[in-house]
Amino acid sequence: MPATPRHRGFSSTAVPAVTSEPAWVRRGFIGVALAFLSLFLLVPLVAVFVFALQKGAGAYLAAVSEPAAQAAVRLTLQTTLIAVVLNVVFGVAAAWAITKFEFPGKNILVTLIDLPFAVSPVISGLVFVLLFGADGWLAPLIEPLGLKIIFAPAGIVLATVFVTFPFVARELIPLMQAQGTEEEEAAIVLGASGWQTFLRVTLPNIKWGLLYGVILCTARSMGEFGAVSVVSGHVRGLTNTLPLHVEILYNEYNFAAAFAVASLLALVALATLTAKSIVAWRSQRPRAGAGLNARTK
Amino acid sequence: MSIQVRNITKRFGPFTALEDVSLDIPTGELVALLGPSGCGKTTLLRIIAGLEAPDSGQILFEGEDVARQSARRRQVGFVFQHYALFRHMTVFENVAFGLTVRPRRQRPPKDAIRRRVRDLLRLVQLEHFADRLPTQLSGGQRQRVALARALAIEPKVLLLDEPFGALDAKVRQELRRWLRRLHDEIHVTSVFVTHDQEEALEVADYAAVMNQGRVEQIGRPEEVYHDPATPFVYNFLGNVNVFHGPVEDGKLRIGNMRVDLPEGQSNLRSATIYVRPHQLDIGLQPTDPNHFRARTVYINPAGPTVKVELVSEWGDTIHVELSQERYEALQLRGQTDVFVFLKRKRMTLWSHRRRTP
Repeated sequence: MPATPRHRGFSSTAVPAVTSEPAWVRRGFIGVALAFLSLFLLVPLVAVFVFALQKGAGAYLAAVSEPAAQAAVRLTLQTTLIAVVLNVVFGVAAAWAITKFEFPGKNILVTLIDLPFAVSPVISGLVFVLLFGADGWLAPLIEPLGLKIIFAPAGIVLATVFVTFPFVARELIPLMQAQGTEEEEAAIVLGASGWQTFLRVTLPNIKWGLLYGVILCTARSMGEFGAVSVVSGHVRGLTNTLPLHVEILYNEYNFAAAFAVASLLALVALATLTAKSIVAWRSQRPRAGAGLNARTK
Repeated sequence: MSIQVRNITKRFGPFTALEDVSLDIPTGELVALLGPSGCGKTTLLRIIAGLEAPDSGQILFEGEDVARQSARRRQVGFVFQHYALFRHMTVFENVAFGLTVRPRRQRPPKDAIRRRVRDLLRLVQLEHFADRLPTQLSGGQRQRVALARALAIEPKVLLLDEPFGALDAKVRQELRRWLRRLHDEIHVTSVFVTHDQEEALEVADYAAVMNQGRVEQIGRPEEVYHDPATPFVYNFLGNVNVFHGPVEDGKLRIGNMRVDLPEGQSNLRSATIYVRPHQLDIGLQPTDPNHFRARTVYINPAGPTVKVELVSEWGDTIHVELSQERYEALQLRGQTDVFVFLKRKRMTLWSHRRRTP
């Protein structure tokens, strides 16, 4: 893949004369973009932290360390971990199948992968309630086993996996399509097994795309509200994830605590953005690490 | 290791890539699969390698049918058109790959691998590039790494898909001579695919000319060039003039020219002959009664021979190649009326009527 120089930053010499505009046009566009950015992103972000700290650092720490908040953090992390692992396995398998093989029904699979993007998360949650709830279709199957899915952590994991499962596959499919199958063919002709080919040829080629998908998947898993809200039942300390905990606190007019917990999610978002930029930057120059022992011409 | 291709047929949907192709590749020879794009030559190569499965037919390695064997077990060296080097591995790691993926019991010890890779890199003249990544190499260097990587597993046969296709003309010439020398050194049965007839005729021991999923002719380069089996081969292996005329008294008449027909062909009513541009000559005077008239249209004196384009008295375009000396002697300038002669009266050329291109 040719590297696009989109992270080079702006420089006036890089813009050909034909596409350069008068100064007032340029300033106008930049101004509009900045105004939107501040109004819709920066101001709310700052507001979260201002409200979170309005009763002082002590109240902030108390709000994020009380047992219910701690339980919500734990459940969120567990859910995220499971969702990310499952999505990596599914995403790599789906992308591999779609880009390296021809089989009937391939287009349907590609369309199905996008389904969670097309369906409102609340509907996804409802579907799981209809399937696994007390009178659900699959209730006769799971009840004798003593499994509880709806209003239990298992349901939250299911809903989260459903909502996030396009992320890794979507990231990998175009990347693997662009890379083609020649390197894999070369590996197999040289005697590598399927597993060796995957580990030693395919995986190193897709690692940055995979990481990018994992980051997006993590962010969405932690922040998912709609689908999780429907299946959770909001049992404090048991089935509350961070976003649900924020909602409960807010509905109890406990604004400072609500924003304190929300600030945790905001920090996760900022960390995600940073990680995403680093990965995007690294994947633009994939030889950076490997070039250490290479002599330059 | 000899390769026999037996009645291979391969279809992609409605498109027939190969139709009942049979081909014998003797041990230790370098064979070219030559043909225009879409003729099925790359598909045949991939089927020999096991990268593609034939719909029917057999591939025999030394008499043993491998058509159902996976590419992994066939022990072939394959060089891809676009090299397919592992982009995240150094040159050394690329060449070593085939050895390091072997099951533990068959894997050579580390320093044996290192020695083998170093020997191969010396063979392809890249010993100082072991630590480079593929992106830090030129096209010709990458191609040589791909070749070393394929040779590392000590393949029974070496298959090359358009090995010089992506290189510029100069590098291409050097590399194909080098490949020829390399083959004379290591003598592994090799098949390479090319659409460049010059390349095939220069490098190969045998050339198989393919067209529309069939092998038209297989033979030594001089055989296919001088004694083409079909009009397609004649056309594909260089410029050719096609003359068609009535047969009178056992001779083919083209303008004032009378051409002797091969034995047993004199009872035809009309015939077609194929004449290469260098087998014709031009004169300003009808010094030989055996001639036809033509007018020069375009002359290109650049190159080892002078290429002259003419329009014959019956309106066809004729190509003639003259030596530089002959061209100097004739002093052709602009559009000139000339006489065209056949250098050899006795046509040993292919002259059947069965198929015209």
